[in-house]
Amino acid sequence: MSVVSIGRPTRPASEPDAGFKAHSGRGLLQDEPLIFELGGWEKTGVDLPADPQGADLDLSDLAGLTRDTPLALPGLSEPETLRHYVRLSQKNHAIDLALYPLGSCTMKHNPRLDEAMARLPGFIDIHPLQPISTVQGALALMDRLAHWLKTLTGMPAVALSPKAGAHGELCGLLAIRAAHEARGDARKTVLVPTSAHGTNPATAALVGYQVEEIAQTGDGRVDLADLAAKLHDDVAAVMVTNPNTCGLFERDVIEIARLTHEAGAYFYCDGANFNAIVGRVRPGDLGVDAMHINLHKTFSTPHGGGGPGAGPVVLSEALAPYAPAPWIVRGDSGFDLIEHAEGEAAQALGRMCAFHGQMGMYVRALAYMMSHGSDGLRQVAEDAVLNANYIKTRLSGVMTAAFPNGPCMHEALFDDRWLEGTGVTTLDFAKAMIDAGFHPMTMYFPLVVHGAMLIEPTETESRREIDRFCDALLELAAAVQAGDVERFKGTPFHAPLRRLDETQAARKPRLRWTPPGA
Amino acid sequence: MRYLPLTETDRVGMLATIGAATIDDLFVDVPASARLSEPVDLPAHSGELEVSRALGALAAQNRAAGAGPFFCGAGAYRHHVPASVDHLIQRSEFLTSYTPYQPEIAQGTLQVLFEFQTQVAALLGLPVANASMYDGSTACAEAVMMAARVTRRRKAVLSGGVHPHYASATHTLAHSAGVETRRLAAAVDGEAAVIAAIDAETACVVVQTPNVFGTVTDVSAIAEAAHAAGALLIVVATEAVSLGVLKSPGEMGADIAVAEGQSIGNGLNFGGPYVGLMACREALIRQMPGRLCGETVDAAGERGFVLTLSTREQHIRRDKATSNICTNSGLCALAFSIHMSLLGGTGLASLARLNHAKARSLRAALAAIEGVEILTPRLFNEFAVRLPAAAAPLVETLAAKGVIAGVPVSRLDPGAGFDDVLLVCATETTTDEDIAAFARALNEEIAR
Repeated sequence: MSVVSIGRPTRPASEPDAGFKAHSGRGLLQDEPLIFELGGWEKTGVDLPADPQGADLDLSDLAGLTRDTPLALPGLSEPETLRHYVRLSQKNHAIDLALYPLGSCTMKHNPRLDEAMARLPGFIDIHPLQPISTVQGALALMDRLAHWLKTLTGMPAVALSPKAGAHGELCGLLAIRAAHEARGDARKTVLVPTSAHGTNPATAALVGYQVEEIAQTGDGRVDLADLAAKLHDDVAAVMVTNPNTCGLFERDVIEIARLTHEAGAYFYCDGANFNAIVGRVRPGDLGVDAMHINLHKTFSTPHGGGGPGAGPVVLSEALAPYAPAPWIVRGDSGFDLIEHAEGEAAQALGRMCAFHGQMGMYVRALAYMMSHGSDGLRQVAEDAVLNANYIKTRLSGVMTAAFPNGPCMHEALFDDRWLEGTGVTTLDFAKAMIDAGFHPMTMYFPLVVHGAMLIEPTETESRREIDRFCDALLELAAAVQAGDVERFKGTPFHAPLRRLDETQAARKPRLRWTPPGA
Repeated sequence: MRYLPLTETDRVGMLATIGAATIDDLFVDVPASARLSEPVDLPAHSGELEVSRALGALAAQNRAAGAGPFFCGAGAYRHHVPASVDHLIQRSEFLTSYTPYQPEIAQGTLQVLFEFQTQVAALLGLPVANASMYDGSTACAEAVMMAARVTRRRKAVLSGGVHPHYASATHTLAHSAGVETRRLAAAVDGEAAVIAAIDAETACVVVQTPNVFGTVTDVSAIAEAAHAAGALLIVVATEAVSLGVLKSPGEMGADIAVAEGQSIGNGLNFGGPYVGLMACREALIRQMPGRLCGETVDAAGERGFVLTLSTREQHIRRDKATSNICTNSGLCALAFSIHMSLLGGTGLASLARLNHAKARSLRAALAAIEGVEILTPRLFNEFAVRLPAAAAPLVETLAAKGVIAGVPVSRLDPGAGFDDVLLVCATETTTDEDIAAFARALNEEIAR
């Protein structure tokens, strides 16, 4: 394809360090340099209110405290800014463009009503420390969100403030540690299944626990005998994801809880996959003591290219007294906030962060919950599970399901047995999906399955889109079986970039732009 | 249900493909005793109109900062966010994308992160910045734990000027990791007091400038003292706009700098989501927590960006990771970066000067009131005032008159003996009329 370049600024092809092409060579998809390569070192795209004192502003208050050299960052006018970021945006995949089948990540539709609600001035433009009497609506919203979370999980208490799932895990384990310490029974070990998210062992280690792994059975679940053998009086907690990262419900979950409690330990549930069971199962009925809920997964607050998330933690009666500050109480004159771990709240484990957590995400999550209602949320779980099983069934004819017997929950897990001897790897297959118009599934996770491919469609995909996805994968799989290895090696060819050299990036890290020659 | 595309016909057909009779057949692994046969006891689904009416009613019960005179700071700041920032972060390709683990189809997010890291590094005056933390307070806690790993020491000293919430969050997280934190007594102008508290076991000292009382300090001497004892200096800033004119932490000898980035590009949001900024010296990179974006090339030799040095992170290293952090604050970092790209260095400097000018005007107006004493010796855009009575009830009284007067220190630090001290802040959003209204109302209350 040739593109007319008249009138378009171009650099001479011979310039050695151009760093980018003036044009990507793909129709109207523009290449875009770094903002530091666009000039603008002297300008700004913001018109500030006239400063009456202008350059004569008295800076005597700051004598000796001002920058030695002016801050060297470029500024862009508004039209240049829009171009820069819109061009960059076009190099991203997004759930609004197509199915985003990342297992364990839960990429579902983000309702725009939720965005609009979070931007109401009464939510976005209130300060965390303004007088309590002026934020009664905000506290009422947090109280209502807490009610929904407690009711959906069947748990008596919730700590809202953790800022993401891993922060919630930390909160839960800190509460567990505090509970043990309070009865003079400090413990040292946390048991985690081999299939767990990396955050589970990382969090346990951060809190100072030794991590011991629990074996998995042949059908992808916690090995009860191994658990029982490892449960001793030094185990503080058992951390289990349910449904687990193989996309399976832990059938023996009630027995796991019973054994855990019998050993004087607490049962922590990683709630990353709560979206599979919301409205159909309450973790409180399973014996769970603490579970974080990723509002950006189950309750669809946008992932935003990597955050922000929100990770409220529901707690059992035994752990509730140790919840971190702040929390909301309801008095005669309205809602109040308990912000300090003292007096009657002295058992609280302290504070997880400044202020009250991710209010912007609370508004979005509550809008999502109210929109679905108790009936719709149940349907969410059912459709998510239905879509995953449909994919599992359609692809199992060619690809090898890791756990073929029985249904999966919200995600379908395949291994790479079907690729053996073909010369195509899981990575090749996944990257070839990009050229076929789809984002790859989660690869090589969970670690317990060889060459894992974990597909999570979520409930917000239509049957038509899922069929389109399955057709594309089956077509690729047929090419594998036909021995067309060349089609896979070196993919993707049609993405904005080819495969990136991650080894070079790590060997000699370049983590910021520096001026040429610097 | 407007968010669910499957029809009943779809569902029946798909169940048939699967070979299941009913949806319940797919939930057979759930123990029978735990299966709910009915929806839980919560309201049924609602349309857009009903939800927006209900949430709009709650929003209306809050006094928005922009609705009148407003002077709260102390870790969260009301600044004007250009309309284009909020428009751009709502682009589907930014809003609804995931962490950029597939770099070929996530170059938009990755280039933004690389630009963000470069901007943050320049702002904090250090060579390496990460791709963001949850917020300033958790970044502070992570910095302390990082310093403990680097020095292999287990004690941290925090100045009495560090925001009490930051100190509290740092204590919670660092204590859990076996690092002992000691916060010195609250002091308006006492950052240098940390020097006397440094000993051979000190991993780091943590100082804040401008501190929670608004006092700006050159911490170079503290850096020297810390380094002489083999400890690291961590500098905290809660007001990122101040870095438009003030010496950067790096210029003053910080080894690690952390800041709250909310001021640039992000609304108040009642405390979150915000965006934690973190930068450090080159030698400390491999102990840094969180995501890092790096430059590389693709198979055709084109420049591109990837997440890198992930062998520090939980998804690779599990219980040996530098932190348990996974999700960061991507969209808030994008908002920060867009606003910063609009401002540029010159724009941020002008904005900072304007903030300073507004604070000076506010100081002049309050200083003229009998019984009000200005405590902060060197201010940027916020400062502490001593009132002739307890600050907390006075703030409530003024709120009833429509003036949100600031943050009583007693709310942040109840036992510190500053019950009559109020923290006030002015930004470019503060008008002369706002200041006059505040001074008038305060004068009336004090005179009563």
